[in-house]
Amino acid sequence: MSDISIAFNRFGLGARADDSPPADPKAWLTGQFDRFEARPAPIAAVPPRAQVAQGLADYLEEVRQERRLGQFGLGQRDQGQAQLARGPGGRRQAGMQPAMAGESMQGMQDNLAGLPDSARRFIRQTSRGNYVAMVQARTNAALTGPAPFLERMTHFWANHFAVSADKLTVIGLAGLLEFEAVRPHVLGKFSDMLLAVEQHPAMLLYLDQAQSIGPNSQASVIVARFGRQRRGLNENLGREILELHTLGVDGGYSQGDVTEFARALTGWTVSGLTRGPAARFMGASGNPGAFVFAERIHEPGARTLLGRTYAQQGEGQARAILSDLAADPRTARHLATKLARHFASDDPPPAMVERLTRAWQRSGGDLPTVYRAIVDSPEAWTPAPAKFRSPWEWSLAALRAVGSRQVEGQAAAGLLTQLGQPVWRPGSPAGYDDIAASWAGPDALMRRVEAAERIAARTGGMVDARQLGPRLLPGAIGDGTAQAIARAESPEQGLAMLLVAPEFLRR
Amino acid sequence: MFDRRTFLGGSAAAIALLAAPHVAVAQAAIDRRFVFIIQRGAADGLGTLAPTGDPRFAGLRGAFAEDFAGGARVGDFFTLHPNMASVAAMHGAREALFVHAVASPYRDRSHFDGQNILETGGVAAYALRDGWMNRLLGLLPGADARAMAVSATVPMVLRGSHEVASYAPSALPGASDDLLARVAGLYESDSELHGAWAQAMQTRTMAGDVSGNGGQNGAATGALAARLLSGPEGARVAVIETGGWDTHANQRGRLGLQLRGLDALVGALKTGLGPEWANTMVMVATEFGRTAAPNGTGGTDHGTASMAMLLGGAVAGGRVMADWPGLAQASLHEGRDLKPTLALDAVIAGAVAQHYRLDPARTGRELFPNNSALRAVDGLIRT
Repeated sequence: MSDISIAFNRFGLGARADDSPPADPKAWLTGQFDRFEARPAPIAAVPPRAQVAQGLADYLEEVRQERRLGQFGLGQRDQGQAQLARGPGGRRQAGMQPAMAGESMQGMQDNLAGLPDSARRFIRQTSRGNYVAMVQARTNAALTGPAPFLERMTHFWANHFAVSADKLTVIGLAGLLEFEAVRPHVLGKFSDMLLAVEQHPAMLLYLDQAQSIGPNSQASVIVARFGRQRRGLNENLGREILELHTLGVDGGYSQGDVTEFARALTGWTVSGLTRGPAARFMGASGNPGAFVFAERIHEPGARTLLGRTYAQQGEGQARAILSDLAADPRTARHLATKLARHFASDDPPPAMVERLTRAWQRSGGDLPTVYRAIVDSPEAWTPAPAKFRSPWEWSLAALRAVGSRQVEGQAAAGLLTQLGQPVWRPGSPAGYDDIAASWAGPDALMRRVEAAERIAARTGGMVDARQLGPRLLPGAIGDGTAQAIARAESPEQGLAMLLVAPEFLRR
Repeated sequence: MFDRRTFLGGSAAAIALLAAPHVAVAQAAIDRRFVFIIQRGAADGLGTLAPTGDPRFAGLRGAFAEDFAGGARVGDFFTLHPNMASVAAMHGAREALFVHAVASPYRDRSHFDGQNILETGGVAAYALRDGWMNRLLGLLPGADARAMAVSATVPMVLRGSHEVASYAPSALPGASDDLLARVAGLYESDSELHGAWAQAMQTRTMAGDVSGNGGQNGAATGALAARLLSGPEGARVAVIETGGWDTHANQRGRLGLQLRGLDALVGALKTGLGPEWANTMVMVATEFGRTAAPNGTGGTDHGTASMAMLLGGAVAGGRVMADWPGLAQASLHEGRDLKPTLALDAVIAGAVAQHYRLDPARTGRELFPNNSALRAVDGLIRT
């Protein structure tokens, strides 16, 4: 690959036919820092958070009323947390997963069997529409934005802080996590992005934080006085922040640290989703979907985590812990490793990891500084293709290649589901893998070929792959591929072959 | 296909043999079926096969324990979740062997590390680069070693040097045959894509038009797997992934749905395999268990020991294998989890060795090379 091809494809999202080759590929990348738009038109057009959360609140209220009226039998009581029932077939632990079902958004409808009527109505009438609108916004921003390198970084961070739309309460909110908590900070400090993510309703709901209650909180004490069953601590978010978002699984924390963090996080919840007396008592009955610190469910007392004591009261306690975690050298190394893997190799080169770790630490997690260090790393400019494109990367590159500027959300969501990487639905808080072995399977290849044929057919023979190939992949197309394309029986077939050529599948 | 591990010393030899694929294989096939079902997300063993005879169970589990009032009894100590009717019937036919209080060597609580160890057969996460099922293929006669992942991509447990196929129903319209043939040419000299594409083409021919049904639920997945495991050229070894077991909140309803789906899957597998069920071993396992007591949100958190199942006509079933540790506070691992008293590695090594009539010690060394303490468990398979 030439440096220009590397800049377009490995760093960017694939060239468009009308992109002119930059004279200085590195300057072209860093120049995008000034061109990136945090809130471009497609994203500004999505349903606002208050509206999405109101829909969720209405549904939860319906569930509450039904339950109160005793219309629900055993097993239907938990639909507030219900997952889309899709039978076994999950690649990861959180349920609905892409590999087995091959379902389109159409097929998603069939997977609702087994859910209560109100949950089915909520998905069909409300949350799926929000989800599709947000997939459309994400895709169109990536197709047309002036800073593809930073669009890529946005997708990287959204996957790092993954939520999964297989949880009913998350379907409509998943995109907002990326638009509201990740995107505005993609050129900022990691610590700011971290805080914004952990206080976002999508994350608080996805990892069960919103309903975690301190066992010795005011609310628990009162509930116990009435002899009712106590709800209590949930350590899911605390654990995943340590394991996935910051230190990494080898970060040297203990089960005790996880539990202490979970105690510190109690009170971090989402307001306005439930309207019962409990929500009013907790002080969580305000604007739907807003972050709120509910003092009355917070576990009182100082916390000790990783050898440090946090005596703060209230919201500040978990904030202080997050701030220390963001500054921890183990976090720097964890993220440096993931970034090096994303740009240089499935096996991250140690020297590059070292360099990025140093840039991270010296700058206090200043992301543009870290991106510059990536661009300045020779390991990221190896001429041999470094990475196998994920289905998301491949879809964007293919759509950009054929000149698409706008796609329908339904079509984009269906395409990605069928290619095995449904948008914002990795099925796990670890997000999607970033290695070839996860994407280069026999069946996954077959699906790409099928999709390529469809995408090419839509161009109606107006695209000449022989001309287009060298523009998209300057200096990267081998003689064998060029010959095979030239011998295609039609322009459409030649274009489909370009889209699935080994040179196009990799970056 | 041929047995790489038997014949190959180095890469030069590999190239020579790849050029001459019709190497005679001395060992005769014994035509057995092996299906490994992964429960991703840490399935709750105590919520699947409950120790209802343990005096502490009902108190510890509270409302969760009520679900077992209608479940099938397994011996006088355990009760199966009532949503598992097919498995209960297998138990009645002595085709189900439950292994309880069992765990891999992993003792921390990360799904991802736990699954890596479950699948690679290592004792530490990311220490081995291939999966134990792939290494098993190297011990089998060629005809028994045709393996398939019933999913779009190949899970870690089946990844490695031995070629395997993957298949999941695709809702996309099929690509034209002419394009498929040309793509084969495009990938001819690409080492990564060449093999994968050959597998994709082979599977496509074999799988017929099942994509119309879609593997939308457990029963369809089981039926699909049975179909892929049938016929003279079909797979003999398969892995199926299931997700949704990470029940941190509101476990009763969710786990019930999960178990119903799993039960439908194995039921459809038995029906679909017909007479071949007699030669089949299905193994169901998860990366670790869940806390013995419910958490504050009606769920359970990451734990340690769980329960594994061996199902099939080949299995010496009708019982529970367990060295029951008890549920008293002092008996729990770190005061919170069911304590592991059986090694999952030893169960896997014993089961596959007996199923395929392999030497247990050699099988253990090959599948779990870093686990020097491993002693394969005997008596799991009918002889």
